[in-house]
Amino acid sequence: MMNFNFNVSELMFLMPELFLLAAISCILLFDLYVKKELKKFTYHLSQLALLITGLLAFNLIGESATIFSGTFVLDTLGSTFKVFIAGFSIIALVYSRHYLSVHGLLRNEYFILALMSILGMLVMVSGHSLLTLYLGLEIMSLSLYALIATARDRAFAIEAALKYFVLGAIASGLLLYGMSMIYGITGNLDIAQIASFASLASLEPQETLILNFGLVFLVIGVAFKLGAVPFHMWVPDVYQGSPTSVTMFLSTVPKIAAVALLVRLLIDGLSDFQQYWADLFMILAVLSIAVGSLVALTQVNIKRMLAYSTISHIGFVLLGFVTGVLEGYGSAIFYVFAYILMSLAAFGSIIVLNRSGFEADQISDFRGLSKHSPWFALIMLAVMLSMAGVPPFIGFYSKLFILQQVVSEGYVILAIIAVIFAVISAYYYLQIIKTMYFDDADKDIVVSAPIDLKVVLSINGALILIIGLMPGYWMNLSVSLF
Amino acid sequence: MEFTSILFYVFSLFFVGSSLVMITSRNTAKAALWLILTFFSAASLWLLLEAEFLAITLILIYVGAVMVLFMFVIKMLDTEASTLRAQFTRYLPLGIFVSLVVIVQMALVLNAGPFDLETVGLPEQHGPSYSNITAIAQQLYTVYVYPFELAAVLLLIAIIAAITLVHRTQVNSKKQNISEQINVQAKDRMRFASINKDSTKENK
Repeated sequence: MMNFNFNVSELMFLMPELFLLAAISCILLFDLYVKKELKKFTYHLSQLALLITGLLAFNLIGESATIFSGTFVLDTLGSTFKVFIAGFSIIALVYSRHYLSVHGLLRNEYFILALMSILGMLVMVSGHSLLTLYLGLEIMSLSLYALIATARDRAFAIEAALKYFVLGAIASGLLLYGMSMIYGITGNLDIAQIASFASLASLEPQETLILNFGLVFLVIGVAFKLGAVPFHMWVPDVYQGSPTSVTMFLSTVPKIAAVALLVRLLIDGLSDFQQYWADLFMILAVLSIAVGSLVALTQVNIKRMLAYSTISHIGFVLLGFVTGVLEGYGSAIFYVFAYILMSLAAFGSIIVLNRSGFEADQISDFRGLSKHSPWFALIMLAVMLSMAGVPPFIGFYSKLFILQQVVSEGYVILAIIAVIFAVISAYYYLQIIKTMYFDDADKDIVVSAPIDLKVVLSINGALILIIGLMPGYWMNLSVSLF
Repeated sequence: MEFTSILFYVFSLFFVGSSLVMITSRNTAKAALWLILTFFSAASLWLLLEAEFLAITLILIYVGAVMVLFMFVIKMLDTEASTLRAQFTRYLPLGIFVSLVVIVQMALVLNAGPFDLETVGLPEQHGPSYSNITAIAQQLYTVYVYPFELAAVLLLIAIIAAITLVHRTQVNSKKQNISEQINVQAKDRMRFASINKDSTKENK
């Protein structure tokens, strides 16, 4: 039997997760028993819970521990990821509420399911055994499937939920298959034990083969969750079919968790097999950047276009992991955060355009935005320029850092391919700017958004510029996580 | 022959026999009952293998819950055996093919490579005082307590998600509103309608 020792004070390291779970349970009961007039406070309580979770995680930055017999790890990377997950989720929920109330989808279970999925992400970020990583992934995914299907009167949403569910289940199956191979040969679920097994010099060829075999399936599972080509088929349909608020949520925060899964499995666990998984990532990255940039050119639905744009951004993130150096990993993390900030602002701008009975999801809905609401047009302008990689916005520096690392590690051809496709992708970002500033709206449009949405969207837009002006601190932070 | 071997053959006989009857039975309800016997025999076999926990969960969950649900489904759905059998010959070749592949795969796994029975060896035998359930519980609630609790969270999500997706507030539900009943006035209950004499005569 494994030796087991447990100290109650170790629970301190688990505070963010414990608090969030307790808060979810309390909010659930609150929502069940209070009068109708008070039900609107479920949203505020959810936001408060997220805020406190973020603060608790922030408080733990710098601590490191491995508890619960190695199934849970706390390190700077984990705590920082948790702070960002909580922060980005708060922004996402602010945007979501406007969309939901405009379209009559506002039900309090939405926030509870969102909190549940955030709990799953926190678990994933701190997972230190194949078991906890998988359970975290399922907690996150299951809540996301249900979130999409909350719009159950929309046929597209149901289709998206089913598609996401089926493909997510396949991805989980592949991931589990890889995990079972690795468990079978190492005899351990613990990431640290797996790492020490993989680093043995006396590995027999057959053992290396089985580890490699499992590794391929782990990479496929992670690629599915990230939405990298050729495992991207679900992304456009799910993005288009889901309610915009859910699209925004699932295109942003879960990517942090997916990257955490990648870091835990491949960098913490199988770093000795870096040369093998880097080759796989290279293929995924180039294909993602190419397909994402080219297919987005023909889209008229902005959610679909952003889906392909996500795919190409994920390609850049994977390029950072190809380099195999800490600075490369750091720049990939920076890219993920930058992408999420931009994606949130982009979806926030789409949500602003939604009115009662009007679903804004076409690029043409942006016509004349600069005339009737110049401020939102300016924010969208910043987002699109940033996504295209124009200085001085954050998107430029995130691409620059990645390419710097890629070139300094000698992958010049990869960098050239990435830049060429980045230039091609600029076309569809600029097209939106053209639609906003040079096309006229068919009819008079009055955009009315609540004040909290306006304020948060403005801050979000400003951050894209401000962090772009001084990216050094954030870049150093990202590298210091490893 | 040892006593346990005799038990093994008895249970195996029941197991194979009842599963054969189950798949050949024409009556779906009877087939479900035979399946219960199959589960029960399998649970007994597991008991012989010192897997008490698995044996008990098999009976509790499959016999106690899943099969009861199955019986409900069978009774509620109109399953005509002849329609189910209509395309039997069409699917037979594919079925045989899949079964063959499964058998070959199992043989390959059991006979070669790092997962060979010879390298792995027989599981450890324990004395009569050893309890498999205690051992599992000790592991679950100490070493694996964190994943165990996470699995519980997963179940909570399943409940919330299922209710969210299916529950609709019933508009026509008949609820008793006591305060409304107490505060009722005579004029709410009675309605004076003026009846036209002529029209009542015509109706007669």
